[in-house]
Amino acid sequence: MDGNEIQGAPGLSTPASRLVPEPAAPVAAPRNVAQSSPEATAPIHRRRTARPKSRPVPLLERVLERLIHILAYTAVAAMILIFVFVAKEALPLLTSPEIHEEVTLAKMWFIQHWPGYDAPEHVWQPVSEIPKYGVWPLLVGTLKVTIIAMLVAVPLSVAAAVFVSQYAGQRTREIVKPAIEFLAGIPSVVLGFFALIVMASWFQEVFGFDSRLNAVVAGVALSFAVIPIVFTVCEEALGAVPPSYVEASVALGAARWQTITKVVLPAAAPGIAASVALGLGRAFGETMIVLMASGNAAILSANPAESVRTLSATIAAELAEVVFGGPHYTVLFALAVLLFLITFGINFAGDYTIMRMKRRMGVAA
Amino acid sequence: MSTSIATAQPLDTPAGNLTVSDLSVFYGGKKALGPVSMNIPGKQVTALIGPSGCGKSTFLRSLNRMNELIPGCRVEGVVKLDDEPIYGSSVDAVAVRRRIGMVFQKSNPFPKSIFENVAYGLRIGGLRERSELGGRVESALRHAALWEEVKERLHESALGLSGGQQQRLCIARALAVEPDVILMDEPASALDPIATAHIEELIHELAREYTVVIVTHNMQQAARVSHHTAFFYMGDLVEFDRTQVIFTKPSQSKTEDYVTGRFG
Repeated sequence: MDGNEIQGAPGLSTPASRLVPEPAAPVAAPRNVAQSSPEATAPIHRRRTARPKSRPVPLLERVLERLIHILAYTAVAAMILIFVFVAKEALPLLTSPEIHEEVTLAKMWFIQHWPGYDAPEHVWQPVSEIPKYGVWPLLVGTLKVTIIAMLVAVPLSVAAAVFVSQYAGQRTREIVKPAIEFLAGIPSVVLGFFALIVMASWFQEVFGFDSRLNAVVAGVALSFAVIPIVFTVCEEALGAVPPSYVEASVALGAARWQTITKVVLPAAAPGIAASVALGLGRAFGETMIVLMASGNAAILSANPAESVRTLSATIAAELAEVVFGGPHYTVLFALAVLLFLITFGINFAGDYTIMRMKRRMGVAA
Repeated sequence: MSTSIATAQPLDTPAGNLTVSDLSVFYGGKKALGPVSMNIPGKQVTALIGPSGCGKSTFLRSLNRMNELIPGCRVEGVVKLDDEPIYGSSVDAVAVRRRIGMVFQKSNPFPKSIFENVAYGLRIGGLRERSELGGRVESALRHAALWEEVKERLHESALGLSGGQQQRLCIARALAVEPDVILMDEPASALDPIATAHIEELIHELAREYTVVIVTHNMQQAARVSHHTAFFYMGDLVEFDRTQVIFTKPSQSKTEDYVTGRFG
């Protein structure tokens, strides 16, 4: 929970103000203090300006401090640059008449009656005689996979975090915790491969899915990528609950599960919310697993047993084959902007929720 | 140092007597306390004094089985509350702690509202009815001499209270479940003198209805608030007697050295 505060603006700005160089110091200042009594009895804030002169900050330290700031801002600058680049490539969708001949924002979002279709429909079919860029199948597919992944990952991870931080003994903890965290180290292409070859067959046998690759397979596979993130942050949040809360609860005659549900989990709620927000961001943006395990058919349906095509997988699969600067290219960048905005929105909503939770508990946010 | 059974004044005490026989506590095989035998009289204040690491907090925590939260802790001997043993395979530690409450050195209110803090013990005990909850919370807060200060803001966060108020809230929280005994582990050591005076006055009041056992580093505090005082040294009970006796003519020279400030 404290981690959020460390990352916040105050942490960055305070050292920065210290970097502002003090006005040049007369070398004789310390002697002056010793000689003249008015100087010696000067108010504290005046004497304080003399202190750095007697012990100047070494050059190396100042250079390093500056360097750390530059590095921190580099990350922020990179994020802004990426967004600007992506948005710039998507901009012709709004401005270019040539692209408007093939696709417009309205055509992407509103239902269209395509030639050869019986009824108006949302269709994503960018490579056909009449290219169709309906976003809804992709968006709904992404949502479906994400929701399934979160439904699997969140209960599992939170339960695992509660077990590891509250129930497990030292030895069990030392085995279980690294094992779950190790999941994060598995390349997503390996998870996708496993889902594609092994899991999909199991699931089809057990549930009898018509299409072997579908939203359920992709969602469950995706949850393997989300679990370590949610677990790690959750476990940390639960571990950061002061032992004094637990003591107080136990001393009042609370059973262990009462202490956990009534004191430990509520006290860790902001951290748990943060873990869910992080996991959600990962699930939304994760590409390789869904690309391999989802079937990649852009079908607009609520049925989780159907194949799906997600936003991220669409970009990954199609961007390599489009005409540079063409309508399809522009639309893919527009999808990237959409993905970016959604992820940004999730993180923002997560931060806001955490802040409100903290305030409600009386912790200064 | 061999410990004889030290008994303070066999008074005709009402319920709330704690009888400790040959109590020893071990941390991971290493003995930290005992064997200690003493009879803590009900509805009075008993102070536990002694230098740091002498075992007084360990002793206090073994009176309501809080020691069991520490991995590797083992307890031998018998502790009885009014003739009912508190250790043993058939005894539920949760039930014991509902009868023997505890207040800690550092105030530790939950990050909930003032009301919810006091109501916590009642709620986990299964009390649901709003009106009764309200009444019990008010009564506990009155007992802890906090009601007048917080009655206008019961539903604000407890973390907004001052240190002394937070500690009195913790006392109210412990009182709300109506225990027989209240254990206090240096309850005023983190407070300023005025807040300390409040707490001491309160402890005095509490002894009308509760057995109070208090660990303190502050000799004047022990002298001011307690009826009986036990002096611990190096994991043993050295002397246990009426507070007046301990501070004026103790029978052990070690006790005299400690209370007169020659060591500690």
